[in-house]
Amino acid sequence: MFDYSKYLRASKLPHIWCPGCGHGIVMKSILRAIDKTGWEKDDIVVVSGIGCASRLPGYVDFNTLHTAHGRALAFATGIKLAKPKMHVIVVSGDGDALAIGGNHFIHACRRNIDITTIVFNNGIYGMTGGQYSPTTPDGDRSSTSPLGNMEPEFDVVKIAEGAGATFTARGTSYHVPQLDNYIHKALMHKGFSVVDVIEACYTTHGRVNKKKYPSNIDMLKFQKDNAIPIEKAKKLSEKELEGKIITGIFCEKERTEFTEKYQKIIDSFSGGEK
Amino acid sequence: MTGSKFEFIQGNIACAKGAAYAGCSFFGGYPITPSTEIAEYMSEYLPKNGGKFIQMEDEIASLGSIIGAALTGAKTMTSTSGPGFSLMQELIGYACIAEVPVVIVDIMRGGPSTGLPTSPAQSDLLQAKWGTHGDHPTIALVPSSVEEMFTETVRAFNLAEYFRTPVLVLGDEIIGHMREKIRIPDPGEIQIINRTVPDNSGICPLPYASDSGKPACIPNFGKSRFHVTGLNHDITGFPTMDPAIVARENERILAKIYEQREIVDKWEEIECKDADILMLSVGSAARAAEEAVKTLRNKGIKAGLFRPLTLWPFPKDTFVKYAERAKYIIVPEMNLGQLKTVAERFTKRSKIIPVNLVNGEPISPEHIISVTNYLNI
Ligand SMILES: Cc1ncc(C[n+]2csc(CCOP(=O)(O)OP(=O)(O)O)c2C)c(N)n1
Ligand code: SF4
Ligand SMILES: [Mg+2]
Repeated sequence: MFDYSKYLRASKLPHIWCPGCGHGIVMKSILRAIDKTGWEKDDIVVVSGIGCASRLPGYVDFNTLHTAHGRALAFATGIKLAKPKMHVIVVSGDGDALAIGGNHFIHACRRNIDITTIVFNNGIYGMTGGQYSPTTPDGDRSSTSPLGNMEPEFDVVKIAEGAGATFTARGTSYHVPQLDNYIHKALMHKGFSVVDVIEACYTTHGRVNKKKYPSNIDMLKFQKDNAIPIEKAKKLSEKELEGKIITGIFCEKERTEFTEKYQKIIDSFSGGEK
Repeated sequence: MTGSKFEFIQGNIACAKGAAYAGCSFFGGYPITPSTEIAEYMSEYLPKNGGKFIQMEDEIASLGSIIGAALTGAKTMTSTSGPGFSLMQELIGYACIAEVPVVIVDIMRGGPSTGLPTSPAQSDLLQAKWGTHGDHPTIALVPSSVEEMFTETVRAFNLAEYFRTPVLVLGDEIIGHMREKIRIPDPGEIQIINRTVPDNSGICPLPYASDSGKPACIPNFGKSRFHVTGLNHDITGFPTMDPAIVARENERILAKIYEQREIVDKWEEIECKDADILMLSVGSAARAAEEAVKTLRNKGIKAGLFRPLTLWPFPKDTFVKYAERAKYIIVPEMNLGQLKTVAERFTKRSKIIPVNLVNGEPISPEHIISVTNYLNI
């Protein structure tokens, strides 16, 4: 049994998350992945924005920073650039990372700054009571799409890759061993890494879409039934992949990391021109 | 003075050099006229001297990045102008409640909206005080010369570090772009204040433990573990909704500044003691007011100028002392009466004569003097 007590701030528990919320599953996966890195707790900063997912930093025993809605990556960029020896991990909801924080997200990808971002992608604004987000599935009801969501969804992995992230993966809160592996690889990757974690919020999303998600368990089953590993997905047509969750590591490549490049420029001047 | 260096430079460059003098090692910014020269200077100075400059994707990100960097121990700054300053408002409140020292320079221009990007104004005097939501402490410094762009920027860093709070420097297009000869102080000549940091490692249990009227003593990220949040928090740094604690902490972050006025207050008074006409003015408008005072004195009219260098908190006691004995209070400003509302709080409305200009041009001494022509003095 993995000993979580080393990483959890026991006095801050119980957490605020609803029974059955995916966020706790992902938090434990992150802790197991961190443990595998062997990093010192003092050298790790966990940064979040605002939302249910963004409450995570309060529960874990690292340097932790709970910022403003959407701004986690802006703060994290400052931390990493000012003190590159820190391991910086950003945890962010789908609304936090992709709606209000979307601009910071693409620019962090572009810079290829050595930060790992975990998107807690439950396809809904959980904390504010279930309004549609940039990843709410087409047609799903929410408190601001009572007639069904009319907006198409973002593909987090594609955005990240297009913007320049050098590691991208997608997992689910059902396929936990795989998720541990993706997060560990993302942490070890030098450069900007993104793990899109498909999970569920029954409280605000499932409950108002009972036909599609009759229960909490059905939301997890939905992930189980619809996930297709990337290798298999490559053999399927676009039509066959409609509504499916493609999982796996999508890209893993080397490109100059921002803070290292910066340090080289600084070093070329130290001792020289002042 | 040996080793003294005289330079003929722009206000914005003096500001950047003041930041360097104060030990600024991190700058995050986004270009905007008329502040951009500050970012341009820092983009070369910092990497050449072991520091970091980053051009962020917008002003929200700029302020976020410097708050993050400040939490690692760096002295940090950003610079902007009206539209960017508006975007920064939410995170100014964040730095207030999380008690993170940062310096924010706003080189004011005409507004609202895109307004007059290349023309001077004093458009953000009240936004500086009330822009972010919630009750929060505000320190805002208003330089009137190129030399003060240097010295007030140094003071901004000192106050930020001492109080652990964001400090605003409100320049304007005139002061920012004007060139004057200034003496760059020798190292050590101006005292540099650095924040107090606790010396523990491992878990830091009470990063926000502090008495009323005192700033918190928070470690830097990377030495001991603790939590920072923009939610109301208790002395452990973790969120709380306990009404007594929320009230106490909300009041403490105000009291830490407002109960140490001797440290934060600064003003200049010119011929105020016997002034029948007292002028209240800041920044570049105060230069015209000073000229007007001289001219009026030459004519035998007892005029004086009260010029807050710390605009927020407003040095009200001294202002009231002079305002009470003066017959008229003239308030020249490049907006439609922002400083006037301050004067109104502390003196009789009927005495106040506003002098306003919002056409992108500077206020002239003649303009100010013209309003005195019909006064009964
Ligand atoms: C500037 C700002 N706008 C709006 C909000 C309100 N708000 C808080 S959390 C949230 C959405 C959270 O959704 P998500 O990021 O997906 O996280 P989840 O709660 O689903 O984990 C919103 C809109 C806010 N706190 N700040
Ligand atoms: S509202 Fe949804 S996202 Fe928030 S804790 Fe509950 S289940 Fe999780
Ligand atoms: Mg969400």
